[in-house]
Amino acid sequence: MLRKTLDRRIKIAVFLLAALAAVVLLALAVGSERLSFFDLSEQHRAILFDIRLPRVLLGACVGASLSVAGAALQALLRNPLAEPYLLGVSNGAALGTMLAFVFFESYGFARPMFAFAGAGIATFAVYQMAKSRAGMNVERLVLSGVIVTTFLSSIIVLLTSLLDAAKLRSFTFWLLGDLSQATIDGFYFTLAAAVAGTIILSFQAKALNLMMIGERDAFDFGVEVGRVRIIVFAAASVLVGTTVAASGSVGYVGLIVPHLVRLAIGSDNRLVVPFSAVSGAIFVVLADTVARTAIAPRELPVGAITALIGAPLFIYLLKRS
Amino acid sequence: MLKVRNITISYAENEVLRDVSFDLKNGEIVAVLGANGAGKTTLIRALNGTLPVSKGGMSLEGKPLESFSRRQIAQRIAVVAQENETKFPVTVLEFVLSGRFARGKAFGWETDDDIQIAENALQNCDLSDYGGRLMNEISGGERQRVVLARALATEARILLLDEPTANLDMAHQASMFRLVREQCKNDGCSAIIITHDLNLASEFADRIVLLKGGRIYAEGTPKKILNAENLNEVFNVKILLDENPVSKKARVTTLY
Repeated sequence: MLRKTLDRRIKIAVFLLAALAAVVLLALAVGSERLSFFDLSEQHRAILFDIRLPRVLLGACVGASLSVAGAALQALLRNPLAEPYLLGVSNGAALGTMLAFVFFESYGFARPMFAFAGAGIATFAVYQMAKSRAGMNVERLVLSGVIVTTFLSSIIVLLTSLLDAAKLRSFTFWLLGDLSQATIDGFYFTLAAAVAGTIILSFQAKALNLMMIGERDAFDFGVEVGRVRIIVFAAASVLVGTTVAASGSVGYVGLIVPHLVRLAIGSDNRLVVPFSAVSGAIFVVLADTVARTAIAPRELPVGAITALIGAPLFIYLLKRS
Repeated sequence: MLKVRNITISYAENEVLRDVSFDLKNGEIVAVLGANGAGKTTLIRALNGTLPVSKGGMSLEGKPLESFSRRQIAQRIAVVAQENETKFPVTVLEFVLSGRFARGKAFGWETDDDIQIAENALQNCDLSDYGGRLMNEISGGERQRVVLARALATEARILLLDEPTANLDMAHQASMFRLVREQCKNDGCSAIIITHDLNLASEFADRIVLLKGGRIYAEGTPKKILNAENLNEVFNVKILLDENPVSKKARVTTLY
């Protein structure tokens, strides 16, 4: 039985990687200007390599990072509704990025550092608020996320009043999740975080399989619960922090993707974590392609597309839980 | 195997368990009885290192419990607690395999041996065909047996069972105790079982520890401990005591 399941999982993995390659090629080809890879003019070459390629690659990294962070947080918090955007982690990172932008604009590295710190603090705050002596139920966690998110949003709004009109428009777009500012340097940084985060969390996946059943159970059966919790929170904060610094808060990706992956292959986090990375990359590249082309030549923020799909799914999952 | 010496456990200022001492020997089943709030679950949680002890100490295989890592304790002591429902679609086999965590590497996959051990544990718990089913689609009683199968899959020498028969029907209550009895007899395991069923304790336990208000009120063989005076004092009930005509063990009937 297990061998059969494993064969099926290998097939799914091959299919996902092929799908990612196909989606990336598609995303590179379509847009307000349709490109043919075999006959590129000088102008098309510039569009392909300077604009689309960084954007598509960054989108893939953003999708992978958010999905992996979502999958790990869900297992850790024993809650399929835990998601970086809904837990306020993304807003923490967004506030950190804005603070860096307003006060330390000349230091390029300040943005991801502040984003990471913001994500970490928000995660810790939500966790502390949600846990009680009786444990952590769905309602408490979601409510804590809402409180932290709205609190951080109000500070972000206060900060935006310090910006001039042109910056304000690009920030509003960025806050909703926007890949249009992608650069190849931003991509390298996000790629490094995505790869490191996915590897670190894949190594915690076996422990997360026990944590998913219950923290007390995990402790009883040999998991160093405190250590795993710190590693997962830190890795998720790095993933979300670098993502938000590069592309703003793309919501619901960490909810939708792990959910679909679990439907396809079950709940074993040793598979859910890496499969979510590839599926998340496919999902965000596709969503961003829709965002670029739906009302071309104008654009939508990618976060608006992911939220359009994610919000109904969230309601469905909440009803079911 | 496991020695408990004068342990006291406090929540804030409140002493929940006071000055408790006893030994668990190889192959022995000890039943812990007591009214609600007597400190039974606290005792079990202290014995596997979950709750910090404020006074006294415990030793496992002759060494202080604190000197063992989390993983080492889990290799030696398995807990069967009340099962809490998971919101994720976990199969019965995956659940039982999680009991192999402390035996393997912290990452990577289970070996064929692990799978064989998990399947044997399922078979022992009368769950041979359940491996592929989902945990949240089986009944409460079946889940309780899966929880026992997971504990057996650890191959730990000490089993701590917290009301393992709470969700089980009469037949499975007896078969769970019988299974624990066989493990202790054949493999030299030891078990500490919290139960509210005095007759099951009488039939299957070698010794009974009677807790009252966080202290050991009485300790000894079932014949010695299960008497009207002790039970009236601890549970505040009137009982009729006689002998099971088949097993010749003490039989308790509550008078209403």
